[in-house]
Amino acid sequence: MTSTARRVAVLGGSRIPFARQNGPYAKASNQDMLTSVLDSVTTKFGLEGQALGEVVAGAVLKHSRDFNLTRESVLGSKLASETPAYDVQQACGTGLEAAILLANKIALGQVDAGIAGGVDTTSDAPLVLGEDLRNLLLDLSRAKSNASRLRLLAKFRPQQLVPAIPRNAEPRTGLSMGEHAALMASQWGIAREEQDELVVRSHHNLAAAYDSGWLDDLVIPYLGLERDQNLRPDSTVEKLAKLRPVFGGPEGTMTAGNSTPLSDGSAAVLLASEAWAAERGLPVQAYLTAAQTAAVDHVHKREGLLMAPAYAVPTMLDRAGVTLQDFDFYEIHEAFASQVLCTLKAWEDPVFCRERLHREAPLGAIDREKLNVHGGSLGAGHPFGATGGRIVAGLAKALAERGSGRGLISICAAGGLGVTAIMEASQ
Amino acid sequence: MSDRYQQLVNTPIGRIVTKQVGLPNPPKLERYEPGQPPISGPVLLGAAPGGRLAGAAAAVLASIGAEVSTPMQDDLRKAAAGAGLDAGIFNSEAAPSEKTFKALVLDASGIDSSERLVEAWEFLHPTIRRVRTCGRLIVLGTPPEDCGSPAEAIAQRALEGLVRAIGKEIKKGATAQLVYVRPGAEAGVESTLRFFLSPKSAYVSGQVVRIGAPIAGPGQTDWDRPLGGKVALVTGAARGIGAAIAEVLARDGAHVVGLDVPAMADELAAVTGALGGSSMTADITDADAPAAIAAHLQQRHGGVDVVVHNAGVTRDKTLGRMSQELWSTVIAINLTAPQRIDQALFEQELVRENGRIIAVSSISGITGNAGQTNYSTSKAGVIGFVGAWAERAEHVTVNAVAPGFIETRMTAAMPIAMREAGRRMNSLSQGGLPVDVAEAIAWYASPASAGVTGNVVRVCGQSLLGA
Repeated sequence: MTSTARRVAVLGGSRIPFARQNGPYAKASNQDMLTSVLDSVTTKFGLEGQALGEVVAGAVLKHSRDFNLTRESVLGSKLASETPAYDVQQACGTGLEAAILLANKIALGQVDAGIAGGVDTTSDAPLVLGEDLRNLLLDLSRAKSNASRLRLLAKFRPQQLVPAIPRNAEPRTGLSMGEHAALMASQWGIAREEQDELVVRSHHNLAAAYDSGWLDDLVIPYLGLERDQNLRPDSTVEKLAKLRPVFGGPEGTMTAGNSTPLSDGSAAVLLASEAWAAERGLPVQAYLTAAQTAAVDHVHKREGLLMAPAYAVPTMLDRAGVTLQDFDFYEIHEAFASQVLCTLKAWEDPVFCRERLHREAPLGAIDREKLNVHGGSLGAGHPFGATGGRIVAGLAKALAERGSGRGLISICAAGGLGVTAIMEASQ
Repeated sequence: MSDRYQQLVNTPIGRIVTKQVGLPNPPKLERYEPGQPPISGPVLLGAAPGGRLAGAAAAVLASIGAEVSTPMQDDLRKAAAGAGLDAGIFNSEAAPSEKTFKALVLDASGIDSSERLVEAWEFLHPTIRRVRTCGRLIVLGTPPEDCGSPAEAIAQRALEGLVRAIGKEIKKGATAQLVYVRPGAEAGVESTLRFFLSPKSAYVSGQVVRIGAPIAGPGQTDWDRPLGGKVALVTGAARGIGAAIAEVLARDGAHVVGLDVPAMADELAAVTGALGGSSMTADITDADAPAAIAAHLQQRHGGVDVVVHNAGVTRDKTLGRMSQELWSTVIAINLTAPQRIDQALFEQELVRENGRIIAVSSISGITGNAGQTNYSTSKAGVIGFVGAWAERAEHVTVNAVAPGFIETRMTAAMPIAMREAGRRMNSLSQGGLPVDVAEAIAWYASPASAGVTGNVVRVCGQSLLGA
């Protein structure tokens, strides 16, 4: 057993273009899309037929039959079938958490290399029997006599056939994530225009990354889609201003434009020990050097549902011995433009930093020019499980190009969760 | 004493009629009940950059446990954090119209030129219509006489006009005040902010208060019983406003020594007995009354902490018809007696450290009332009394209240036309209650009001007379 942690190298990754719900991937399953990105990573690094230490991935919206989604995807991929695999599920933090779990095993010497990823489809979504019908059918299966079976069947009503559609709502508050984000926007006084400006930047940065060819080796066309379907290169604040609010009531500030749409897609990254990469002559793009999760009480203490990263990051910075300003790239997942702005304001706010983070001074502002420089979820879309892989792969490439520096990843997730990480260039 | 008009307009039909016809619409004012928090709704704290009072205000709001928001303004957020105030954020551009406040508090002490008065507009313009029923506006500033430059003094003086005009616009039982805090006296704002935020100041509006250097060091204040262990003398305590003063001071923990004329002995004993206080009878115009009062306080209590000169009479006649007796009775009771009593107490050093002298003036003393030359003279003299003693007294504060139309037996006996005029001609469109005067006196009396001296605060619902 090794006594010291090994450095965890990020060698690269890839994803498929993200599609809007019921778009080109309407008929693609989670397993189809995950298998596809596993194959593109395998091909990219010449790993066909090889067994890796493990593959870790997950999806947020899953069919019950997909209890072993990642393993089944590996079996259908070009990797050797002897590659172990398991699923993780941590809402929108799934993809990054998968990378952290794999990185930890690499650091501890339990695994030398593996692929972390995630996938989600909101089109091929599971439908569930209504609770009444489900109970009726279960009772029926337990019934011992025909008479009791008949009595149970007499309870059947046609409206019980209507399936329970999985809702994008917090179980303990009944509010949708958008409604929670609207509460946060209101709490933090986030104006409509600030949000729309962030949206425009996200679209323009992503469009520029496509136009310059920067994304060519990161995004692999799939089912006829070459770019993210949600991308609006010609987005402007004026156009966005025409959209009507969808969350937070008629006076709300949140629209379909400044919230991420439901989307489909997948992403994966290859992580390894330095030795493993060197043996194969694979260049190291970046190192995953720190990670931190946090959770907030959005139920009883009424903290904003998506504020957990605001707590996780300061803890991680302290442990890493760096400040919020010591970064060259900030990858803050844009679940909603308001979420990003609330997080940034929280770090700048003396009251939040003192009352919630128990810090003498605020963390301060970041250089907005370094924020989501190759686009974010508002432009690309946000298949829940795939976002972590998209960000890790993109940040690794950006750090490799720069040749030095540090990047911060911050992802908010349902249930009041936050998953964050630091990556550093290989020097 | 009941205001039937107010009751009528507050019925469902009455509300419709008053609105259609444009009649005055006196709202039912919220009044303080023991045990309730100082403020019953969210507070918005704003500040002009460069001010020095936001931190002190934030500390008070934190101490109250109020739900507070501030604009996202760095110096203000730092002040809030420094005061341990867990304040939310308010952005008028993003806030829905249903976001309302029970109180707006603006630190305007940073406004040092007339050009910068627009910063008060910037804070108040998007928020003034978000003030709830019986809400509060408190503007904090620097006394013009303490300002560094003429431009600053002018701007700070201008705030008076702003606050008084808002008092008349704001409606729905809401009030507006300006609190001038001398540099260095920032820590002394708590008792005053608590009073003006709370329903205790229900009938006080459009007032300007000055807080200066405290006459005593800061002690711990029990805000539920600030006068615990204190002895308070209240003259004219048998009924009306005096009885209400005795009740409120006793509620705040004081042992009340009620004083009234021998003819009122039974009524007086009933008032003080119910309060666990004590009573003494005397005619305060008697030559030996001051000595007797001093002896009583010396023997029974070893001194006194709070002296409330409430006893007063009217003897109305136009000057040409007024006998000298009518003139002299009013001056003797209302103006000369308080001075003689104080003289006796001061000479024997019976007013204890951090003591309080509180007089009751009247709007009549500010505006002058026809038929009340004697009364107006005496009550204007009381204002002079405050000015003269506040400067000279060292370990006591000296202040006065000036009641406007207060619903008492005296006003109930007025002719209906005069009574209705008195009731309606103020920003709150109604008369005050004796307790409103008593609450203002209790604010002065609080040991935490050690920097509040030389003030004459009107309890008049911002009467249109003499405004």
